[in-house]
Amino acid sequence: MRTWFPYPLLSITLLVMWLLLNQSLAPGSILIGLVLGMVLGWVTLKLHPARSHLQRIGRAAGFALEVVADIVRSNIAVASIILRSGRVPAIAGFLTVDLDLEDENALALLACILTATPGTAWLEYDRRRKTLLFHVLDLQNEEVWLQTVRRYEAALKEIFQ
Amino acid sequence: MSHLTDLPSWAAIGVCGLLLLGAAITLIGSLGLLRLSNFYERLHAPTIATSGGTILICLASMLCFAVLQSRWIFHELLIIFFVTVTTPVTLALLGQAALYRDRFEEKNGVPRKHRPAGGNETD
Repeated sequence: MRTWFPYPLLSITLLVMWLLLNQSLAPGSILIGLVLGMVLGWVTLKLHPARSHLQRIGRAAGFALEVVADIVRSNIAVASIILRSGRVPAIAGFLTVDLDLEDENALALLACILTATPGTAWLEYDRRRKTLLFHVLDLQNEEVWLQTVRRYEAALKEIFQ
Repeated sequence: MSHLTDLPSWAAIGVCGLLLLGAAITLIGSLGLLRLSNFYERLHAPTIATSGGTILICLASMLCFAVLQSRWIFHELLIIFFVTVTTPVTLALLGQAALYRDRFEEKNGVPRKHRPAGGNETD
């Protein structure tokens, strides 16, 4: 079974997603879903993804809500900056912060969150020095951004340890 | 389109509000591309359209079809998920490319790369 489906959870998720997207339980859809799950499972195997273990699912849900709230808040902030930018030019700049995350997937998730949030953009992570270089649109309160990244880092550490 | 008239007025108002708000946010994001002065600042503008705009427009669609009960609202959740997960990859790549070019051209105001002593750096 493992040779056909190296990542059973991924294959099942893909199958369920395919059936929900097609909204049918016809044998043809199930067959295509199974083939899809199998082939993408093999592709994933070739990519050698780093395995990590989620520890606290409840904490992860809380963290997701926190991130959604941050995204809403920064949406409003960035919208107002853009609308005002004709008169008041935005004070943007680079910031560096030391990160202490080991887990590859946690780093990837942090990159996604930081870039998905308007107002912050992930630029470069130096593996050797463990520093992250990122760009913020509103540099007026530098300390707030650093605190936000540290808050994310602490939460991800808790979830991915 | 004809069955849209079955939508009760409270739902229609909600759908309209969400759609207009989402469209306005997307417009502001595009406006940002026009207004902001340098590349790194412009990097922030599309994310406002992909996060706020997409979510609001998808919520409008979810509300509409949930009230009409003609279709599962699963598609919109997938759209939100995939847009949120895939956009950062493109933007981070663009940001790194810009950073690489600016460092190569030794522009001012761009943070230098830290070179470790006696190691050949590969990225």
